[in-house]
Amino acid sequence: MQRSLVRALGAAVTLIAAASIAAVIPVAVIPAGAQDKPRSGGELIFVVPSEPPSYDAHQEETFGVIHPMAPHYSTLLRVDPNDKTGTKPVGDIAESWTVSKDALTYTFKIRQGVKFHDGSELTAKDVKASYDKILKPPAGVKSLRKEAYGSIASIDAPDAHTFVVKLKYPESSILLNLASPWNWVYKADIIAKDPHWYEKNVNGTGPFKFVEHVKGSHWVGKKNPDYWDKGKPYLDSYRAIFISASAAQVAAVRGERAMIQFRSFSPPERDQLVQALGNKITVQESPWDCVNLVAMHHEKKPFDDKRVRRALTLALDRYEGGKALSKITLVKDVGGIQVPGTPYATPPAELEKLAGYGRDINASRAEAKRLLKEAGVPDGFSFVFKNRGIPHPYEPLGIWLISQWKQIGLNVRQEIIEASAYHPMLKRGDFEVAMDFQCGFIVEPDLDLPRFLSHSDANYGRHKDTVIDDLYSRQGRATDPEERKKILRQLEKRLLDEEAHVAYTLQWHRIVPHLSKVKGWTITPSHYLNNQLDAVWLSE
Amino acid sequence: MWRYLVKRFMLMFPTMLGVALLTFILIRVIPGDVVELRYAGDRGAVSQDVLTKERARFGLDQPLWKQFTTWIWGVARLDFGESMWTGAPIWQEIRLRFALSLQVAIMATIVAVALSIPLGVLAALKQDTWIDYAVRIFSIAGLATPSFWLGIVFILMLLIVFHWLPPMVYTPFWVNPWENIKQLIWPALAVGYRYSAVGMRMTRSAMLEVLREDYIRTARAKGLVQRLVLARHALKNAMLPVATVIALEFAFLIGGLVVTEQVFNLNGLGLLFVQAVAHRDYTLIQALVMLVAGVFIVVNFLMDVGYAWLDPRIRYR
Repeated sequence: MQRSLVRALGAAVTLIAAASIAAVIPVAVIPAGAQDKPRSGGELIFVVPSEPPSYDAHQEETFGVIHPMAPHYSTLLRVDPNDKTGTKPVGDIAESWTVSKDALTYTFKIRQGVKFHDGSELTAKDVKASYDKILKPPAGVKSLRKEAYGSIASIDAPDAHTFVVKLKYPESSILLNLASPWNWVYKADIIAKDPHWYEKNVNGTGPFKFVEHVKGSHWVGKKNPDYWDKGKPYLDSYRAIFISASAAQVAAVRGERAMIQFRSFSPPERDQLVQALGNKITVQESPWDCVNLVAMHHEKKPFDDKRVRRALTLALDRYEGGKALSKITLVKDVGGIQVPGTPYATPPAELEKLAGYGRDINASRAEAKRLLKEAGVPDGFSFVFKNRGIPHPYEPLGIWLISQWKQIGLNVRQEIIEASAYHPMLKRGDFEVAMDFQCGFIVEPDLDLPRFLSHSDANYGRHKDTVIDDLYSRQGRATDPEERKKILRQLEKRLLDEEAHVAYTLQWHRIVPHLSKVKGWTITPSHYLNNQLDAVWLSE
Repeated sequence: MWRYLVKRFMLMFPTMLGVALLTFILIRVIPGDVVELRYAGDRGAVSQDVLTKERARFGLDQPLWKQFTTWIWGVARLDFGESMWTGAPIWQEIRLRFALSLQVAIMATIVAVALSIPLGVLAALKQDTWIDYAVRIFSIAGLATPSFWLGIVFILMLLIVFHWLPPMVYTPFWVNPWENIKQLIWPALAVGYRYSAVGMRMTRSAMLEVLREDYIRTARAKGLVQRLVLARHALKNAMLPVATVIALEFAFLIGGLVVTEQVFNLNGLGLLFVQAVAHRDYTLIQALVMLVAGVFIVVNFLMDVGYAWLDPRIRYR
């Protein structure tokens, strides 16, 4: 290495040539390889593009908390780390559970021998204290997701190894909701003494113990020898390096200073890494539980007319758009209200029946023009489309939308709103048509759809639709999956077709290239999931 | 002399107050605030109640004059408060990054001085020869090349040609000097080259001017050797404008390496500045601006002292 460094110092002449070579290299993708027998040892080094504002996941929203810190903690349940759909709950510190016949009482058996990193034993009391903090935070303590647990009537810990959740009404999503990657289990005594303690300190029961956090630089964890799952974790330690600039993230993986970045790279970045590293890199891809929507302001003309809203969605050639845009930015699949490939996703044949999802784009656009004529704007009209000032995928998507709307005679001017002013603008309703966005941590209708309810703060288009409200409520209480699917299809048809309250664009596409020696990690649709690293190992 | 220095020193305080007021107002003109950015993000799931309480916790619900007086009273006691984004004390956030930024600034200054003064003097002595032209081309190229671009080229070269990348994590010099140099030499070279170009141009023109002075001709006429003419008479006088440029560039480097720090992933003040603005972390932005302004003001003060030392005429005015 020293020799390389000395050579590097004297190689100024090669600089420009080297840069030029980098620009012309072709690209290819290598599929994920099969997983072999786990090997113990080594340090996993990964890039995190964001950094934890505080250490308390109960009151944070960014993956910058989850990626470096999830290995320190356990949750009651977790999403199966091997399930590519990211929708199958399995036990974490809950060894097993039973559900009462009326589906109102869930009784969890808590594992024995689970220890906090300070050596004390975890009991159901700790689980209850953690959920109390989430559901009923003490004064001055924030809990960002407590509204997601509106169905819970009570929680209890009748003995050291039993945790009971009672519901007000049956809720099909409750198990997945209890597998939330944000709901880290904290120590009851600590919370009782100081509910703010976990904002600046770490003490969990996860596979790795905390070593150090150097702000702006890195986070280090080391193997927890007392982890309940004997034999795990396989790694000796991990090191999360905070790098915000995407070019530096790519360089870190390319230079093998880092092995993986768990969020996502863009398609050109993936291609660059594959070309540079060949078989030393493996790429895992998945539809991503993030999507851009088009919000249309229902209180502003002509968007108060559902024919105009339908025309806007009918104009979009999503299938061709997906093909083209997936080469340059983070979108790819055409989906409805759920991520394609997940349990409640719309089957493609049904999806094609919805307005704007048909394969015959000429027929769709003819229908769009007919609707505009019927709505009294036969020659189209002009409007301003407000987009968020973020390069990927907002800007390419915005350009694509404008080009699509132009095909039906609409004259659209794009206005880019600076990122921090964007949500206030949406909340004020200061737009005619705007790019909207949502990103979930588990693909689950109960978590993804509340924004479409009439009273929701995130219903930026301000539609009032009691039918949607009712269908949402019914699907959440349907305990039979098939019944639930039927209701969801009705909701989807009303939301995207009949009333066209919003228009979904294209599903985000998650791309995680990593060094091939990183094994035991499976991509899911959510970058908030599968970050405990207990099953991850290095083959060399 | 003392009166001169005291006067210059006292001028620092109204300047700092002006900077404080301007920063405080300007940062609040930008739309959005830290609460909006941290909690009202992508899912829009956080209730208005939480947002209101958080704003109250940071004092953002108070009138602007009250926010300013509270903050400036803290600054007067050297208490810059806590980061609104991380909740950590401001001094802690800055201290972490200051050592790295200072080291890069010092290393870049060493590179710049080592290149600019000898080459600038050489170009002046060999005016209109191929040496002068070569130095001028080298310096113009340095002025025309953004240091972040050169940094990118360095990284690409290291990656493509040598399959090697500088360390991504900062190791203090006293912990592991070799690891530290491996990481920081590249940004120091990238920044130092542009920095040296400015110094080179200034050294050359100052030397050309001084070498035409009567006292240089007198020194030569009395038979002083060239080396002594340059060292004793020419260089010291030519260094006045060069020192100004080098000092101001040094002050700039403390907080101004925003893009270069991103390119090399350096955990320095420039990157912290960008993050603070992106997060609308008012307390941190204000403290950083005060710090950088303070560095500029102190460097200016030291330059004034240096002028007085280099040019005795200044002392008696």
